[in-house]
Amino acid sequence: MVPSSGKNLNVPTPRHRPGEEPEFDDLDIPNAGAAPRPDILTDPKEMFAYANTMIRVLDMKNKAVGEWNPCLSPDDLRKGLTDMMITRIYDDRMQNMQRVGKMSFYMKSRGEEAVAVAQAMALDKKDMLFPSYRQQGLLISRGRDLLDMMNHCLSNSGDNCKGRQLPIMYTWKEGNFFSISGNLGTQFCQAVGWAVASVYKGEDAIASTWVGEGTTAESDFHHGMTFAAVYNAPVLLNVVNNQWAISSFQGFAGGERATFASRGIGYGMPGLRVDGNDFLAVYAATKWAAERARCGGGPTMIEHFTYRAGGHSTSDDPAKYRPEDEPEVWPLGDPIERLKNHLIEIGEWSDERHEQTAKDITALVTKKYKEAESYGTLNSGARPEVSSMFEDVFKEMPDNLRRQRQQLGV
Amino acid sequence: MTKMNMVQAINSAQDVMLERDSSVVVFGEDVGYFGGVFNCTEGLQKKYGIQRVFDTPIAEGGIIALAIGMGVNEMRPVTEIQFSDYIYPAFDQIVSEASRLRYRSGGEYWAPITIRTPCGGGIRGGQTHSQSPEGIFTHVSGVKTAMPSNPYDAKGLLISAIEDDDPTIFFEPKRLYNGPFFGDPKAQSQSWDSHVKGDVPEGHYTVPIGKAETVRAGSDLTIVTYGTMVHVSLAAAELSGHDVEVIDLRTLTPLDIDHIASSVCRTGRCVIVHEATKTGGFGAEILSQIQETCFWKLESPIVRVAGWDIPYPHAFEWEYFPGQGRVLDAIKKVMEG
Repeated sequence: MVPSSGKNLNVPTPRHRPGEEPEFDDLDIPNAGAAPRPDILTDPKEMFAYANTMIRVLDMKNKAVGEWNPCLSPDDLRKGLTDMMITRIYDDRMQNMQRVGKMSFYMKSRGEEAVAVAQAMALDKKDMLFPSYRQQGLLISRGRDLLDMMNHCLSNSGDNCKGRQLPIMYTWKEGNFFSISGNLGTQFCQAVGWAVASVYKGEDAIASTWVGEGTTAESDFHHGMTFAAVYNAPVLLNVVNNQWAISSFQGFAGGERATFASRGIGYGMPGLRVDGNDFLAVYAATKWAAERARCGGGPTMIEHFTYRAGGHSTSDDPAKYRPEDEPEVWPLGDPIERLKNHLIEIGEWSDERHEQTAKDITALVTKKYKEAESYGTLNSGARPEVSSMFEDVFKEMPDNLRRQRQQLGV
Repeated sequence: MTKMNMVQAINSAQDVMLERDSSVVVFGEDVGYFGGVFNCTEGLQKKYGIQRVFDTPIAEGGIIALAIGMGVNEMRPVTEIQFSDYIYPAFDQIVSEASRLRYRSGGEYWAPITIRTPCGGGIRGGQTHSQSPEGIFTHVSGVKTAMPSNPYDAKGLLISAIEDDDPTIFFEPKRLYNGPFFGDPKAQSQSWDSHVKGDVPEGHYTVPIGKAETVRAGSDLTIVTYGTMVHVSLAAAELSGHDVEVIDLRTLTPLDIDHIASSVCRTGRCVIVHEATKTGGFGAEILSQIQETCFWKLESPIVRVAGWDIPYPHAFEWEYFPGQGRVLDAIKKVMEG
């Protein structure tokens, strides 16, 4: 059965499918520097425009322009660039290791590195992060040892999650990085709870949380937005609009009708729409929202307009649902290339230095990976004690688990 | 000691914990100014202020998510889900998040939250205000489940739940709020005043999680039950003419199987009674564990008495409710077997 004539169901269809030539000519991309930077405590009612424009700092000539330019020092810019490069090289190495069977699963963040790395730099280390599964750049920016990250992904004897979680579902309490669930969006309103508790404790630490645009369709998104608004929680609610949720394009989350940032308006909070491939714009918008939250201004929703340049995970082939060259023609470019070109433009970087840095990082990642394998992989070598799989279900092990452990003989 | 009904006992437990522990906060739909639809939080906002006892948006999933986040950040939230029939929107937060957080994070994070929720029927609530969904949650690793049957246990268990560092769902059989109920809606209603478990200390005390209690000693047969059915079972035991032992589980998970097994191995006969629907209900788990531990001591097959496998029907509440008659039939069957 199909709907009767003239009353067809609107089933959203992406711009291009495999075999078609991708183009984004009609995409409305405001000029860098065009949006003014409002006072951090501006009434959300006066900020509707920010949900429908795009905050951009890096222009097409690689210059940082406009009121949102955070004027970072060359050292900070180089740290941002280097951390994005580490994230990408780390991702590539780990995906390759998945391909050769060293681990069960992997998810890269290619094309979205600025979202995580710039945000981590703009937040304080005491701020609590409630990420989704594509923000490994947060860990890298906060200085987590790559060895620990790899040990987790390999579920080996060095895994702080004790072999209980899929690769990339990191936990790092020391770095104020929450435990990644694997279920989508569940952390969105939890971040609100954490932020509320921070207020109770009289601390000025805030929380930041991330979902993909596809996950805005989950009730958890609405819960997070509602509770954050109702209690004026000091929290950043990030929507990483990378255009794709596995094979479903952003139209299936309602993105054809309104920007994701505009959802903030309905909840009475600022919605900032940001060029997610522009390191400086992400940094500046995050800083603005963090300062606002810290000053009692409450939550901000940020849409990071970006593009998932790789597959969703190692379990899907994007060539089956979108043109293979779509990432190359994405009009907002690549976050690493753009920051690199900016640093070169201001005379603080060079192609040679970039190449050398990439080589150094590759060598470091290779060394760390070798070390990680000495702690075992999912398939061979050392792994956490089997008996530990009965631990941490509860704080104290109840009798039924003790008996089941005995039954297994461990 | 003072006389309390179950509502007052539950209120008192929260009062005691709000007083003792500044990290305790109480929230849920209508629990603040109004004091809850069953009055279980009445007066607490007035006493402790709007910051410690407050209303929430109507979003059970959001309530539990908020609690988890607060719990992770060193607070001890006590939430109310207004009816356990409304708990399903929070299912993912309970099952995938609160219950697994400690495990999946290798013990780095946990959420010490308490979820209070009225359950059970017999109040003309129809199919959306009468359910007993405990069996759905007893199946979940990492969350504790309790259901008291009287004011004394309610207060002591609730304090234990709030002090516990693991998440606990605290089911409150709402038919018992104002008095024990023996299964006959036409009988004169009773208050907790004349019941020994209506004597409740005003201050702090605990009833341990994970410990069942024998509420009637006997040698012929063991009834294993919890919640409202404790009183129905006791009444049936009196009428049965047999020397029936009745065990009130109080905590469902972790299950006190040792307590149950020592009784059933002694009596050799067992009836399991709960109000929830039968198939896949918690009674099936209890029965399995008894069979695993007591099989060679059993004199007859174990019988379950439970709600029928249908939604709770508004006009046929008392045909649904497993009353004394059905418990007596089961006792007879097991004694004859």
